[in-house]
Amino acid sequence: MREFLQDMWGFLSERKKFWLVPIIIVLLLVGALLVLGGGSAISPFIYTLF
Amino acid sequence: MPAPLSILGISAFYHDAAAALIIDGEIIAAAQEERFTREKHTAAFPVHAIRYCLAEGGLLVDDLDAVVFYDKPLLKFERLLETYYAHAPRGLMSFLKAMPVWLHEKLFLKKLMRDGLAEVSAYDRKALTLLFSEHHLSHAASAFFPSPYETAAILTIDGVGEWATASICHGQGSSIQTLQELRFPHSVGLLYSAFTYFLGFKVNSGEYKLMGLAPYGDPESAETLGFVKKIKEHLVVIHEDGSIQLQQSYFRYATRLRMIDERRWAALFGMPRRLPESKIDQHHANLALAIQQVTEDIVLQMARNALALTQEEHLCLAGGVALNCVANGKLDRANLFESCFIQPAAGDAGGALGAALAVYHMHFKKGRSPQAPDGLKGSLLGPSYSNEEVNKMNRKQGWDAQFFESETDLVKTTAELLADGLVVGWFQGRMEYGPRALGNRSILADPRTPGMQQTLNLKIKFRERFRPFAPAVLEEDSGSLFALDHASPYMLMTAEVVHSARTALPPQFKDLPWQEKLQVGLSEVSAVTHVDYSARVQTVDSHRNPRFHKLLLAFKTLTKCPALVNTSFNVRGEPIVCTPEDAYACFIATGMDALVINDYLYLKQESKAH
Repeated sequence: MREFLQDMWGFLSERKKFWLVPIIIVLLLVGALLVLGGGSAISPFIYTLF
Repeated sequence: MPAPLSILGISAFYHDAAAALIIDGEIIAAAQEERFTREKHTAAFPVHAIRYCLAEGGLLVDDLDAVVFYDKPLLKFERLLETYYAHAPRGLMSFLKAMPVWLHEKLFLKKLMRDGLAEVSAYDRKALTLLFSEHHLSHAASAFFPSPYETAAILTIDGVGEWATASICHGQGSSIQTLQELRFPHSVGLLYSAFTYFLGFKVNSGEYKLMGLAPYGDPESAETLGFVKKIKEHLVVIHEDGSIQLQQSYFRYATRLRMIDERRWAALFGMPRRLPESKIDQHHANLALAIQQVTEDIVLQMARNALALTQEEHLCLAGGVALNCVANGKLDRANLFESCFIQPAAGDAGGALGAALAVYHMHFKKGRSPQAPDGLKGSLLGPSYSNEEVNKMNRKQGWDAQFFESETDLVKTTAELLADGLVVGWFQGRMEYGPRALGNRSILADPRTPGMQQTLNLKIKFRERFRPFAPAVLEEDSGSLFALDHASPYMLMTAEVVHSARTALPPQFKDLPWQEKLQVGLSEVSAVTHVDYSARVQTVDSHRNPRFHKLLLAFKTLTKCPALVNTSFNVRGEPIVCTPEDAYACFIATGMDALVINDYLYLKQESKAH
């Protein structure tokens, strides 16, 4: 996780996209809930844009 | 002497997972994961392909100087977030479905990759250098670095990478500079895929079918011309520099889990979406032709822009759209460039190789010496199996096979079987990298035999009867059958059958229903002549594939015909065979008459009389 946070911070700094920070934080919290809740990752089925 | 520099390239997690190994800039091995796991277009981390590549190079994971992934996940994630943000609250459902995949897996790609590599062999995690290359740079590198050119224009076109959907780059020596990009949501690949979907084929794999259906369209009909007009007026704006703008009100892929707004498309084209496997009629063929023509216009316009920006004599092409051999043929005949090199694994599988080459030349700053005819070794970069292994398999399974001591006898006997009208599975040496079978995992047949196209489609490949087959032709004789003035070793270009090889058409041929046109033999090599006289030609030379060349020579000696039908060794929905066992199973399950694996010949009982 530490490596991921470092990478993400480096990426946002380089791209100057700090406005994405709140969205990413919320998503990570949701992600943590998903992991704790054991939710499954459903792959989008139509096109691999995601 | 410095230690060799070994780099492993990986593509995975989207579609067409693959691995490629280069050592000191030489391509040692490359293979798609689907061939090992037998799951077509698999997105799984390519454990088997990596294991094979490392074995081919005699390496362990610890021996690698770098492992490189073919695109940049954080940049892709940025695109995703910005797209959803821009369209919110639309796309909420799609967002909720896409995010768990990212939050569980794709955001933590480094961990995923490290874990995946641990399945290959134990290694020191801290010592591993993990790098990421941009998606379109990977494509550009996959085409330019193995090309025979010192400098060239590079055009990459696909569905979407991170942000870019197409790019024009300038390749010079060991560097690639991006000059222009087309960005999501505007995408030639997605436009073509949208039509693939509307015409009832599967997105990401049915694009070949759409391309094969297009020639049955009537280019002069008012309907086709109307379709072209509607596409250009309502769906896509084509700018002078080849960049495009897709009218998003007709599309849904940016925010939903669907390609298009089906109701709007049905209203626009005056017909509903064709359901998969339902009847194909002339309207469908005309619409397929219309989008094919529009795609060709865009590709040509992009190539003109690449020429204007670089002033180069040569062009390199990659990205999924570069597998559109009809568009490539048009580009070739437009003579914008002196020559053109297309990466045979132009789709995402080729990204693994491109990423490795990009890192070697651009990250480690290693020089490059272009090789003639190219550095791809005929794209024969996958696993091979020895006669001993095949013999062991024969004894274990109790399979009856004839062993040939002499290669001359083997090719002569095989050529005789083919000349007798038999269909032969031909399994030799190293497996091809990329979607095309180039004579090492091929099903071969006599292209002169009437009805061969339908026999192959219905009894052997179990696929739609309209789908065309490609010829493999002796390079030195290709001009006697096809209007092609240069080599086409990777089957990536269509060319017309020359007039002298065409047969007279029945009266009112043009007005026949498209299904009936299938019954008409259009040339002396009718099984490989499409309804518009085009053929997806593979020229075979003695340098890239000597045994296949000898077989074609033997067939020509017997029949005076220098070409064979060459179709991939698989059945519909399955990947091309990888191992002798796969080949034998496919041989038994289909109407194939004979099988050659290395120096062994297998015949079905009913074929033994020959």
